[in-house]
Amino acid sequence: MNKEKKIAISAKNIVKDFGSLRVLNDVTLDIYKGEIFVILGGSGSGKSTLLRIMTGGIPLTSGKVFFGDADLSTASDDEKEKIKRRFGMSFQSSALLDFLTVEENVSLPLTEHTKLDSKVVSIISRMKLNLVGLQGFENYTPSQISGGMKKRVGLARAIAMDPEIVFYDEPTAGLDPVVCAVVDQLILDLTKKLNLTSIVVTHNMESVFRIADRIAFLYKGKLLELGDKNTIRNSSNPIVQQFIKGEIEGPIQINDSD
Amino acid sequence: MLKLFEIVGRRTINWFQLSVDFIRLFIETLYWIFVGPFKGKPIKSKAVFEQMVFMGSNSVIIVFFVIFFTGVVLAMQSAHQLSKMGGTIYVASLVTISICRELGPVLAALVIAGRIGAAITAEIGSMQVNEQLEALDTMAISPVRYLVVPKFISLFFMLPCLTVIGDAAGILGGYVIGVFTLDINPALYMQTALKYLTLKDIYTGLSKPFVFAMIITMVGAFMGIKTRGGAVGVGKATTISVVSSFILIIVADCIVTGVYYFINF
Ligand SMILES: Nc1ncnc2c1ncn2[C@@H]1O[C@H](COP(=O)(O)OP(=O)(O)OP(=O)(O)O)[C@@H](O)[C@H]1O
Ligand SMILES: [Mg+2]
Repeated sequence: MNKEKKIAISAKNIVKDFGSLRVLNDVTLDIYKGEIFVILGGSGSGKSTLLRIMTGGIPLTSGKVFFGDADLSTASDDEKEKIKRRFGMSFQSSALLDFLTVEENVSLPLTEHTKLDSKVVSIISRMKLNLVGLQGFENYTPSQISGGMKKRVGLARAIAMDPEIVFYDEPTAGLDPVVCAVVDQLILDLTKKLNLTSIVVTHNMESVFRIADRIAFLYKGKLLELGDKNTIRNSSNPIVQQFIKGEIEGPIQINDSD
Repeated sequence: MLKLFEIVGRRTINWFQLSVDFIRLFIETLYWIFVGPFKGKPIKSKAVFEQMVFMGSNSVIIVFFVIFFTGVVLAMQSAHQLSKMGGTIYVASLVTISICRELGPVLAALVIAGRIGAAITAEIGSMQVNEQLEALDTMAISPVRYLVVPKFISLFFMLPCLTVIGDAAGILGGYVIGVFTLDINPALYMQTALKYLTLKDIYTGLSKPFVFAMIITMVGAFMGIKTRGGAVGVGKATTISVVSSFILIIVADCIVTGVYYFINF
């Protein structure tokens, strides 16, 4: 991190409206190569939306997202595909294809994008499933496994292609503390040992301080704070303080109507 | 008054936008069928085969019975009319021609729109609301290539096959009535049935299912992709899909029949 900082993703003045609701309001941030970048914020603050905009999953109202020099929104279809192959995404809702088995879900990007032999594909996907502690469930369908297990299959699928950039939308929500720690460790290992870039959305403060290199704090679609763990811990912003301490009293009113 | 214009205007824009999106989807589908394979993205033959089994063999029985009984009804109805003129024997050609030109293709298409079109919308729609389509897209897998193309190709070939089977069932229905209730000699029945059946009747009838198949898959897929709002949304989209397919099938039938009627070839 302290070496030269190369920018992996650069989001500039992102605005997103859903109908008349402004969900993201002028968010600008850079994500460096090789770091774990955590997006923090209350429920409904626009974290998933920001992630999905960065992956090109939903269109933005205005602003730009750059992967290196490439702009996803103006790239041609071929370029878009090339960029997309460089990253993996684990969805908040898992988003597994329910007509495929667990193993087929994980191997899907491999069978689609590589010419590897099916045996090799099978070995790779089993290895990825092993990493998330799901050996023995290869032939189950998504409807036969629990929510937390689905989440881990989604994680395995996200890293199946050994991507350079991985987006995780609440990877540890709904997992027990032990598995949660395992997943955190996995994210750490992948990022630090393989020098990936990870963008993690999470609510879990314990995870945040365990894995984060830098943290962005979103509140009602605005970027309130951006910095390393200490910047956030020592933030003078009362909203940030209330959030990381999980207090009831403070400027965040959950029945706020605006 | 201004409000009225505003509403009408917005509706028109919406419809226009929907049509543009629909045509885009159709073009994208054709792209993955005709261009994609030359760019190293072959058609998924295994998925096509699976879809053929699902669409074809599982629909045979229902198509058979629907058109068989239509043949029966048609024979009874026309016998009633024709007997007054002493032309009961013409039941044979009337039933055969109506089934082959018109009723076979349309009824088969309507049955399949209800069965397969609805299934396509429900499947793609629930994938849409569960972010599975977005997941495919994020993995750089085109949902159109992965999901729509196999269904498109499969139905394009299965619906004509089902129509042929349906036609045969309808003719059989007429035959049963003709031979067993109207006491027409079986050989004579078949002879009359085929005597007036021209080549044109056959290709008119058999060109329709290709058009209907495209309508069913494209409307089904389009409505699925446009689905919003959870399980309720999937239900709504499925209903709209079936109703729109029905209407478009009838309209297309009218157009195709018109084309053959006015342009004599
Ligand atoms: N498809 C959509 N249509 C309309 N509004 C949407 C849509 N998706 C999200 N929103 C709205 O955008 C806002 C932010 O949603 P988002 O999913 O980004 O929140 P989040 O920060 O990820 O919350 P959580 O922590 O609960 O997952 C919410 O107010 C939500 O109502
Ligand atoms: Mg979210």
